[in-house]
Amino acid sequence: MGKSVEMTAGDTPPGDPTASLRRAVHQREGEPFADGAQPAVVDPTNSPGEDQPALVLEHATKSFGAVRALVDGDITLHWGETHGLVGENGAGKSTLVKVLAGVHQPESGRLVVNGREVTLDGPAASRAVGIAVIHQEASVFPDLSVAENVFIGREPLRRGRRIDFKTMNEQIAVIVERLGVRLDPRRIARGLSVADQQIMEITKAVSLNASIIVMDEPTASLSAHEVNRLFEMIETLRREGKAVLFISHRLQEVFDLCQRVTVMRDGRHVFTRPLAGLVADDLVQAMVGREVVDRAGAGGQRIGDVVLAVEHLSREGVFTDVSFTVHAGEIVVLAGLVGAGRSEVARAIFGIDHRDAGRVSVNGRPLRSGSPTDAIAAGIGFVPEDRRQQGLVMAMAIDRNIALASYDHLKRSGLIWGALERRFATDWAGRLLLKYGRLSGNASTLSGGNQQKLVLAKWLGRHPSLLIVDEPTRGIDVATKAEVHRLLEALAAEEAVAVLMISSELPEVLRMGDRTLVMREGRLVAEFSHSEVSEEHIVAAATGQTAAAGDLVTTDAMGHDTP
Amino acid sequence: MTNLDGALAQPTESPQRLVDLVFRLREYGIIAVLVVFIAVTTGLQPRFLGQQNIKFILLNATIFALLALGETMVVVSRQMDLSVGSVLGLSAYVSSNLFGQVHGIPIPVVFLAGIGIGVACGVVNGAIIALARVPGLVVTLATLYIIRGIDISIVGGGEVVASSLPAHFLAIGSDSVVGIPYVTMCVAVVIAAGAYFLRSFRSGRELYAIGSNPDAARLVGIPIGRRVFSAYVASGAIAGLAGVLWATYYGTVDSTAGTGYELTVVTAVVVGGVAIFGGSGSVIGAAFGALLLSTIATALYALNVSPFWDPALDGLLLVLAITLDRTLAVRLANAMRKRTFRHEP
Repeated sequence: MGKSVEMTAGDTPPGDPTASLRRAVHQREGEPFADGAQPAVVDPTNSPGEDQPALVLEHATKSFGAVRALVDGDITLHWGETHGLVGENGAGKSTLVKVLAGVHQPESGRLVVNGREVTLDGPAASRAVGIAVIHQEASVFPDLSVAENVFIGREPLRRGRRIDFKTMNEQIAVIVERLGVRLDPRRIARGLSVADQQIMEITKAVSLNASIIVMDEPTASLSAHEVNRLFEMIETLRREGKAVLFISHRLQEVFDLCQRVTVMRDGRHVFTRPLAGLVADDLVQAMVGREVVDRAGAGGQRIGDVVLAVEHLSREGVFTDVSFTVHAGEIVVLAGLVGAGRSEVARAIFGIDHRDAGRVSVNGRPLRSGSPTDAIAAGIGFVPEDRRQQGLVMAMAIDRNIALASYDHLKRSGLIWGALERRFATDWAGRLLLKYGRLSGNASTLSGGNQQKLVLAKWLGRHPSLLIVDEPTRGIDVATKAEVHRLLEALAAEEAVAVLMISSELPEVLRMGDRTLVMREGRLVAEFSHSEVSEEHIVAAATGQTAAAGDLVTTDAMGHDTP
Repeated sequence: MTNLDGALAQPTESPQRLVDLVFRLREYGIIAVLVVFIAVTTGLQPRFLGQQNIKFILLNATIFALLALGETMVVVSRQMDLSVGSVLGLSAYVSSNLFGQVHGIPIPVVFLAGIGIGVACGVVNGAIIALARVPGLVVTLATLYIIRGIDISIVGGGEVVASSLPAHFLAIGSDSVVGIPYVTMCVAVVIAAGAYFLRSFRSGRELYAIGSNPDAARLVGIPIGRRVFSAYVASGAIAGLAGVLWATYYGTVDSTAGTGYELTVVTAVVVGGVAIFGGSGSVIGAAFGALLLSTIATALYALNVSPFWDPALDGLLLVLAITLDRTLAVRLANAMRKRTFRHEP
């Protein structure tokens, strides 16, 4: 066993890119660890990179079409530090991670790894300079064993170029023991829990001898125990002198684990500071820090009877005990972090997914579980988040898309008449100011904003009593966005439609919500009226920083730090 | 680093057992079905397990088991090779016809010629699929017809008859030692080698990785195009070899040799537990799939059931196999979803 320890522990100083490159090449040629491995645990004090930062990224920019995902990406990591990176949804964290992973190439900016300027033209280049990125969704080969997943493409070989499974399993056993966790290298990866997949990815990072480890929201779907176990592993790596970049929405975790923190907002670096001396409020304010655009006037008197009543709705492993109501003429916004279970609640209400427990009723009429047909008949319209895949039939004409949900009204003697369909479609396209070339053109010919209006038109044609809209303005231009906002407000105010809206954009939440419900980790944790809601409140509730939200209506103690 | 917590290990290990159990069931299930089927048939018709019958079943299964080896290599990488029947036909005719054209040609040369024809077909398939990035299903559907067309234009109305073939050549397909035909033994060796390759070599494991998660395979730098190309070349070479063996067994070769084999082979592979969307399954399982299909055909004959029922039973088996796979996958996913979120002990 002692021999294996030597083979797996880092035999290169944490930041020596050429050594990492040599190693990568050797391994690819089938001689893993053959380059005279003489290692032990890396001691950062006599590493040559001691006095210079592990990694410096300066002024990185990256755009996708018109969207500027990264305007000024800056980050500096030191050896032996765990560095937190926080920001709202869409602040540019993931783009920055992908730049470090070599997945995205920045348009400008400079990346220096251990004192040497590098250009990462792909994931392999990133690995070669000693960076290991553990993505939110691990790229697992479900049919291969854990050991094969860790060593894929660089398996140790024995005589005749055969894979040396024994050495592979032994090396993993050593790393896993060093990290203080359990993972059977022989088991098939299929069915591994998210936590175990992460252990596998960390094992891979260690076996690759990575000196800079980037973790994109590793705790997002872990239980309290699993988070503790992960933190112990990260701490082990840090003490060995590695640099760890830790991204999390849970500010408490950043305080528990990290030494310094960088805050990003709207694709820009806001500040980098030691965590000692900071409080959660400082981070929340830095993350939000923008002017609040308020809705001119949210009506209170126009609110009518209960349209949607959701009672104790649960879907095991996804969300738990969700109860709320939406009244006629009211806009209720579900806020929270991506992955908090908001879209899943909407899908369960509309019957796309089955619910495990709870009741849903519309205008007093109970809905069957898992039946969109029932939901539509009861008067629900559903505008899904992914309009291209789920909201529209892209390769079908615009008029047919509009008529799609209303064919039972457009039938005469059992047949659908083209003229009726076109008249119906023209009418609704006109009402929503849809900009199109020809009604017989495919839905794919429309711009993003007009596609969203098309999805809305499809449901409005049925005169729904409840409209569920999931991220209705994501990825559409400012002008159309305002139009969609006005349209939803008009529907609520003038036609007494109950609107349940999911939005991750705080200004939109503040503007639209007569009431705002906040979800965190599958539970409803807070409710705010239009007058009391603020960005700080929402961020605090969504990230579990209840201290910053003293006047919350509800603060469910769904802390992940329960024993 | 003594932070191992007994409570922690629990949620890790129980799903593990479930997954292992499910996959072991799938791998060995085929053998269980085979044993039960033989037992029932023998119960109804005691002469079913006679030496002649066993030899017949084995010979019948041999060609399909060999083709299933090549097909498995292609299917685990999330592709499909539908041209194997046509390649077998072309190889069978061209190679056995050499005996008439070149007097005294050595038998090994004939085998090499057959394999060479298969390699050529595989190179064409693989090159189109890897370079043009077209789904292999469509490409090999096209080459199925093209290669059969070439075969027909070469053969014309003629055929190779057994009397024109050397006795040694025919003996390969008909002689046996202690009841097991030579050809079956040779194929068993080839299959064992193929199984060993897929299990123990990087390029073999990488075929599974490609089928298991193509995007991740690209990210870790597996040369997907080259691996898929090689799989098709191997499948072609194996179909070429199968063509020569087919000729030794049947003796008479015309332009219809191997027609429709591709579907039987795919059936055998899927019934044998190879996932149709790649990533899992073994060569040995696929060979047992072929053996099961052959046993069923023979059993129907032995039980005096009309052979017209044979394709229907094969189809039923296929439906059962994929339904079982699907059900297990869904059950497993549900179980995992619930276990993952079962937070505190």
